[in-house]
Amino acid sequence: MRHLLSAADLTRDEALLILDTAGELGKVTDRAVKKLPTLRGRTVVNLFFEDSTRTRISFEAAAKRLSADLITFSAKGSSVSKGESLKDTALTLEAMGADAVVVRHEASGAPHRLAHSGWIDCAVINAGDGTHEHPTQALLDAFTLRHHLSGGEGALDGRRVVIVGDVLHSRVARSNVLLLHALGASVTLVAPPTLMPVGVQTWPCEVSYDLDDALPGASAVMMLRVQRERMNAAYFPSTHEYSRRYGLDTRRASLLADDGIVLHPGPMNRGMEITADVADGQRSVIVEQVTNGVNVRMAVLYLILGARAEADLTEASQ
Amino acid sequence: MSVLLKGALLYGEEAVDVVIAEGRIAGLEPPGGASDGDLVVDARSLVLLPGLVDLHTHLREPGREDAETIQTGSAAAALGGFTAVHAMANTQPVADTAGVVEQVWRRGVDAGLCDVFPVGAVTVGLRGEQLAELGAMAESAARVRVFSDDGVCVNDAVLMRRALEYVKAFDGVIAQHAQEPRLTEGAQMNEGALSGVLGLRGWPSVAEEAIIARDVLLADHVDSRVHICHLSTRGSVEIVRWAKERGINVTAEVTPHHLVLTEEIARTYDPRYKVNPPLRTAADVEAVRRGLADGTIDAVATDHAPHPHEDKDCEWAAGAFGMLGLETALSVVIETMVDTGRLDWRGVADRMSVRPARIGRLDGHGRPLEVGEPANLVLVDPSARWTVDPARLASRSRNTPFVAREMHGRVVATFLAGRPTVLEGRLT
Ligand SMILES: [Zn+2]
Repeated sequence: MRHLLSAADLTRDEALLILDTAGELGKVTDRAVKKLPTLRGRTVVNLFFEDSTRTRISFEAAAKRLSADLITFSAKGSSVSKGESLKDTALTLEAMGADAVVVRHEASGAPHRLAHSGWIDCAVINAGDGTHEHPTQALLDAFTLRHHLSGGEGALDGRRVVIVGDVLHSRVARSNVLLLHALGASVTLVAPPTLMPVGVQTWPCEVSYDLDDALPGASAVMMLRVQRERMNAAYFPSTHEYSRRYGLDTRRASLLADDGIVLHPGPMNRGMEITADVADGQRSVIVEQVTNGVNVRMAVLYLILGARAEADLTEASQ
Repeated sequence: MSVLLKGALLYGEEAVDVVIAEGRIAGLEPPGGASDGDLVVDARSLVLLPGLVDLHTHLREPGREDAETIQTGSAAAALGGFTAVHAMANTQPVADTAGVVEQVWRRGVDAGLCDVFPVGAVTVGLRGEQLAELGAMAESAARVRVFSDDGVCVNDAVLMRRALEYVKAFDGVIAQHAQEPRLTEGAQMNEGALSGVLGLRGWPSVAEEAIIARDVLLADHVDSRVHICHLSTRGSVEIVRWAKERGINVTAEVTPHHLVLTEEIARTYDPRYKVNPPLRTAADVEAVRRGLADGTIDAVATDHAPHPHEDKDCEWAAGAFGMLGLETALSVVIETMVDTGRLDWRGVADRMSVRPARIGRLDGHGRPLEVGEPANLVLVDPSARWTVDPARLASRSRNTPFVAREMHGRVVATFLAGRPTVLEGRLT
């Protein structure tokens, strides 16, 4: 694994390796040892062109726990907002000796461009690009699902996961469909037709417009954030109607399988796509998702930079 | 000066010696029959066609001389086999007055590499609010007959109707950039399964087809003529075919890139492939090829759109729309239409010279290869193969989508009013 740009890059075995590694690393950092020397001398750059405190902090924690040198580069107040291009920023970072760049960008495909344009040579990790993908979010969701549904081991064969909400604009949904499918789960997307992407019927998942139809017996439901402003672009008539048709309340949560869980990538719109009762209820694993995020990102950094370290050694010995 | 083309294949058919004198074809004689000229070109196994005419060229001057100038764009045109180009109006300032179109026209004459016919804007500043002074542009030295807000759709149905009506007074035509604006806000690529996967905002076919359908009906209603720029979808071909069957005065063009490239290439997220209208599906490519072959689509027009390197060396969303086309257009047509048997050389002459000249109401271009006709000519080596090197293009910009692609056929010589602008594949 040279880069992580899309969940589609991961085979079932590669995905399982990341999840297993995340489990191992999590065990170590759960103990008193909060820091491993694994990536000492390696430089990880967090390149955030778009505000996302949650994801940025998670990657920072992951890099620090592996003892990597960390540079965080946020668009706000930096040269990026003054019109410096993605390319120039990338060249600057490469000059600083970055081994891996974690990039968050509002343009779909920006990490792909960084990895394939020939501008820079370091590893690129997609931390969310536009409405394209967010593969580490899908990995942490899979990790959380596996923890609750499969005792923290193996894949998700035979499990059914329902993903609900603004699929059209959701990079989380795209990555999750791909990854959960690779791990053997069956995925059902639920949204009003206006919030389904054109061509969704070609994705490896089921599609439904009816939440009450999709929920019974499901192992998990993942609620996506829905921006209230979508109402003004006629995606749905009112927030009230949206919540009534697609919101998760206690009654609907009770339709899940007995051990069924509730996920949300955050930040939540309480009262919109999810009621406070459910968000804070027994089935909710939302807080846990945050913790797992750090472990999964440690695993990704470790596997990508570790592989590069081996490649460097081989090159040096030749 | 007099020129002798020895053994040229007229429309790819019989070999003749072509005598050019005083800017005209002075003689067509059996091989070996003609005497010498000031310039003698060995044209054996080269195809002779009337000089190509482009209905859709962005020369960027005035205003964006960093991307292209009338001089460099004319050079690219000559190398591509063109003897006439229509310079689109979306310059800075916009070509919406007699003053600006005359300036463009004069700069074309000064460059002297091909005839530059300015396209006039339909509305003031391309803003879609108020008609530009179409009559003044028509009467100017530039003799404008084609009017277009290209880059922007004339979306207001009343304004479009009035424009269609108004240009009847001087036999003009409205060339519509068919793009329903609300359906394409922020659009980045063709809307379909792939745009959904790539997370790029879609540009649906219906946004093009809905405008074309409206405009052919409007043209019918007011008995005027409308030309459809860069038609790109299967549905658009069907609508134009239907309109022509009903006798509506509509013409249409397709770009070389829509004849050969599909949306699949957007997977690279490389903005070099970002263009408006976007690259479509393989089914659309097949439909436009078929439409061009059966004459539903009248013309190949390049939509040559130069952009500085930095506007393409970036992420997809930040990239500019558009591709170079002048120097590669004929090769794409040879590859997709001639070598596949869909068009013969007379067909190529018809779609790349005769019909575009007629749509633009040009007198001296798109004429038959006959004695007494203006010597606007191109000689093509149909079997040559060459590879596109952006650094060697005459255009000031480098944004060709055909980098490293092997191209079919090449322009050996171009003659503008009897004078060579290109010989042995190089500017004279
Ligand atoms: Zn256009």
